Amino acid sequence: MGSRWVWNYRPFLELGETESHKNWGLPPGTRMNPDTRPPSPGSDLRMRCEEGSQVGRGGRHSRRGAPGGGKGAPQAGPRDSQGPSPRGPGGAAQPGPAGPASAHWPPGVLCRSFPLTPRPLPRFPAALAGHSQEPSPYDESEVHDSFQQLIQEQSWRAAQEGLELQQRARQAAGSGQHTLLGSEGTHSAATLRILASMPSRTIGRSRGAIISQYYNRTVQLRRRSSRPLLGNLVRSARPSLRMYDLELDPRAQEEEEKQSLLVRELQSLAVAQRDHMLRGMPLSLAEKRSLREKSRTPRGKWRGQRGHGSIFSCCGWLRYACVLTLHSLGLALLSSLQALTPWRYALKRIGGQFGSSVLSYFLFLKTLLAFNALLLLLLLAFMVGPQAAFPPALPGPVPVCTGLELLTGAGCFTHTVMYYGHYSNATLNQPCAGPLEGGRCSPGAGSLPYNMPLAYLFTVGVGFFITCITLVYSMAHSFGESYRVGSTSGIHAITVFCSWDYKVTQKRASRLQQDNIRTRLKELLAEWQLRQSPRSVCRRLRQAAALGLTWLLCLGTALGCAVAVHVFSEFMIQSLEAAGKEAALLVLPLVVGLLNLGAPYLCRILAALEPHDSPVLEVYVAICRNLILKLAILGTLCYHWLGRRVGVLRGQCWEDFVGQELYRFLVMDFILMLLDTLFGELVWRIISEKKLKRRRKPEFDIARNVLELIYGQTLTWLGVLFSPLLPAVQIIKLLLVFYIKKASLLANCQAPRRPWLASHMSTVFLTLLCFPAFLGTAVFLCYAVWHVKPSGICGPFRTLDTMYEAGRVWVRHLEAGGPRVSWLPWVHQYLVENTFFVFLVSALLLAVIYLNIQVVRGQRKVICLLKEQISNEGEDKIFLINKLHSIYERKEREERSRVRTGQAAIPPTLLTDERDA
Amino acid sequence: MGGSGSRLSKDLLAEYQDLTFLTKQEILLSMYVVSAPHLVDEQQARSGNEHTGTPIAERANRSPLSARAHKRFCELLPQEQQSVEASLRAQVSFEQILSLPELKANPFKERICRVFSTSPTRDSLSFEDFLDLLSVFSDTATPDIKSHYAFRIFDFDDDGTLNREDLSQLVNCLTGESEDTRLSASEMKQLVDNILEESDIDRDGTINLSEFQHVISRSPDFASSFKIVL
Repeated sequence: MGSRWVWNYRPFLELGETESHKNWGLPPGTRMNPDTRPPSPGSDLRMRCEEGSQVGRGGRHSRRGAPGGGKGAPQAGPRDSQGPSPRGPGGAAQPGPAGPASAHWPPGVLCRSFPLTPRPLPRFPAALAGHSQEPSPYDESEVHDSFQQLIQEQSWRAAQEGLELQQRARQAAGSGQHTLLGSEGTHSAATLRILASMPSRTIGRSRGAIISQYYNRTVQLRRRSSRPLLGNLVRSARPSLRMYDLELDPRAQEEEEKQSLLVRELQSLAVAQRDHMLRGMPLSLAEKRSLREKSRTPRGKWRGQRGHGSIFSCCGWLRYACVLTLHSLGLALLSSLQALTPWRYALKRIGGQFGSSVLSYFLFLKTLLAFNALLLLLLLAFMVGPQAAFPPALPGPVPVCTGLELLTGAGCFTHTVMYYGHYSNATLNQPCAGPLEGGRCSPGAGSLPYNMPLAYLFTVGVGFFITCITLVYSMAHSFGESYRVGSTSGIHAITVFCSWDYKVTQKRASRLQQDNIRTRLKELLAEWQLRQSPRSVCRRLRQAAALGLTWLLCLGTALGCAVAVHVFSEFMIQSLEAAGKEAALLVLPLVVGLLNLGAPYLCRILAALEPHDSPVLEVYVAICRNLILKLAILGTLCYHWLGRRVGVLRGQCWEDFVGQELYRFLVMDFILMLLDTLFGELVWRIISEKKLKRRRKPEFDIARNVLELIYGQTLTWLGVLFSPLLPAVQIIKLLLVFYIKKASLLANCQAPRRPWLASHMSTVFLTLLCFPAFLGTAVFLCYAVWHVKPSGICGPFRTLDTMYEAGRVWVRHLEAGGPRVSWLPWVHQYLVENTFFVFLVSALLLAVIYLNIQVVRGQRKVICLLKEQISNEGEDKIFLINKLHSIYERKEREERSRVRTGQAAIPPTLLTDERDA
Repeated sequence: MGGSGSRLSKDLLAEYQDLTFLTKQEILLSMYVVSAPHLVDEQQARSGNEHTGTPIAERANRSPLSARAHKRFCELLPQEQQSVEASLRAQVSFEQILSLPELKANPFKERICRVFSTSPTRDSLSFEDFLDLLSVFSDTATPDIKSHYAFRIFDFDDDGTLNREDLSQLVNCLTGESEDTRLSASEMKQLVDNILEESDIDRDGTINLSEFQHVISRSPDFASSFKIVL
């Protein structure tokens, strides 16, 4: 592997002959010239200029060969002057302006500068393939020179060889784009060496290329971010380089010179930005450190100069400093948060054993926990806390707790802060001194009491608003990360490059992952071959029929479930009036839970009937069906609560009942999930291991589990208005679920056999959480707040027609309060009550969305055009390489014939030199 | 470790924090791991990190076990290397690094070590190399640097491009090296053809860094899977 990644800062003068061989992995004899040994200042100069010429052309796009490429640095050696760039002025058809010396090449020049003798040739493949030697930077420079010279030579001998070349070109065109693909093995070593030194290939391995790439980036960054700084800096630092990026700079640049350029660029950046830049460079720590040391020293000087700069630059710098401080503050906060990350080890273990796919379930669970914690915090601070501090008089004796309340949520829980009915409709006689209520203090009234109905309404509203913003933001973020324009193509390459999960730490898990990837690759290949041969109409018809049938059956199942829930709830309403037992309350949640549990299994069995093209599609379809089912059931229940219960429980507190009902659903959901984990995973594992003698454990069904989480979260959100402490229950439930699922997973399950696009899936999960779940809940709550009459005997809104009335009453109160807060009623009147504003906002939103769609479409077009252009360039490259190859072959033939006829092409000095080496 | 927190001077620690994507805790933890790779098994890590979330290094400062670990590491080193700088400069051989639980099961472990090694013979990692490695594989590293190093890891012959041999070797690593697990020759050829067809934009028969990064940029899963949690 040699020292490719190790920097050698020593000047070449210090390198002895043998050492330079060792360090650069140079095939001996490839460059030896009689007058360069022993090493002398002259040879060093030669090496430098060769090195430089490589580096100068080593930037990207160097094939374009900027005009004037031959006018190199002053120390340019004789060969540089011999080889003007191929597209340079006058270099196309006649000998360049370099003089007559280059018109007739002495045979030794070629041999000396790049090895065409038969002897060194076989060495190269070994150097390319073996790990002991590889093309060194020195080789690269040589190859570039040879490339250049060859093209030049070829251009003025074009007439002689035209026939042969045309033939070759025709062959190349005939065999299509893959000429090089197929024939690379047959290329001569010299051509291979040229290939290896192409700029596009050196970025991947050469330090110089990396440095120049990052130099360019730094320049771009600086130009973009702090333009005013540029003026006074460039004047002093880089008089000649001002207008050029390095890659367009035709002059020879050595690696060290490049490095110093980079250092200068880094110096012009602010400290934090410089560190950020350095951190992202693919260099080793020692190299980064040396870059940082070098760029640090003159900082004080720059700062001093800045002081004299114009106001404008000062402002820019200040703004920049502010941004950077904020940035580093954010980073520090982030890292301290990371240190606090709970379950770090548990998550690592899960990731190590099951990979990212199963991990995504647990991460989603963590996200839900965060949402609930946020909501709970708000509710505790503004509703539960104040209410608990000023408890109202209880209506009757407190019923004794029997233990069943933990399941039903009724009984002794009924008249606590847990439910809506407990909250008072009066103002808590408390002057707003506390910091908590500060937000609700209007400036005019020095001691406005704490208005509980308002607090109730606003806290729930604000909580939902914050949740909505966070959800939409995280959804948008994850969309931006997981969907790129044109990301649908290239499934083979993505599978091979990106499917290994480096988190996996167990031998067994690693083997399992290998199995999965192998299966996946085989499936992909089979699919690909299937796609090559079109399917028959009959088969397609059959497939469509199966698909339609299963969809119909699944939709029928969902509908059946909804009808069953409806009928059963009606039945419960009638029977409950008769019986009124507490345990009977649990029947409806139980039935719904069982339906929720059983129907997905039914859908899964149905899904086994239908043929699917891709496993990903299968997962999506399963999720979609489950979701439809759950939505149908929840929709029926919502109707049941708001439509029927409100009417039936006219004399009672229906809000309390709905809150309790949701509590029961939540608890029942948890219990059934426990049972499912126990029977679906543990017992099934034991059965399949003991009875069926199968080696495989049951798979962890991520989609179903995530949907269960989403279902539970929807229940929580639905219940927040009626039972403010429901998020706390949900938090406890999620914590328990985490540990139970983790234990069950580690003991009973194995990773899913199908590969799983974790990030796409988490995007989908978030979307599902946002769109049907959150949006549906919001609609439900809005309906409850705006349209449903609150019950008359309990709760903060007991005297009002709707809950929203509380807001209106407050506004009217403010109107009477005085002119100082008159803007608030105005805002209310024109922005909230008036529908025109809503229309305007939604119209604007639609326009923005439409514009964005158009922009994306335009970008797609540009991408297509760019791809076309790149492939054209690639064809050009192949064409040139083939030409080169033919020239090499012809040359070889000539050499051979010359050797055969006794006209030695190689000067005797060079031969001895090679022998020495 | 006997106080690796104190052994790493504040300046050095700050420098490491500036130049890598690691947090202070992670750097201390990696110091701990490098010092005593054979002692950090999962049990210990769990007891150190799961419950309270205090950094393992602080905990290690207190525990006699880790003090022993450091002592043993120092015993491994020659007498003159036991100073702070020397132990930082000390090279840990591949065998020791490869026996870390984080790398043990990885089919690319040798490649990873080779890519990150800066020693002339490419057979050992210094502490700073190890930090580099962890920095690239950390949560906060940019996708750019991750894909750069992934490219170098996949470039088995170190020639700067992924050619057909690299690709088939990569596929073999992914599917398992042994005779019965690897793909058949025709499948392999088909697969490599397809990969080149999809990602070799300029049609030169190999995949270079920018083409590779182009492919990677379309797969958001890469950044989340190209991670090693210490």
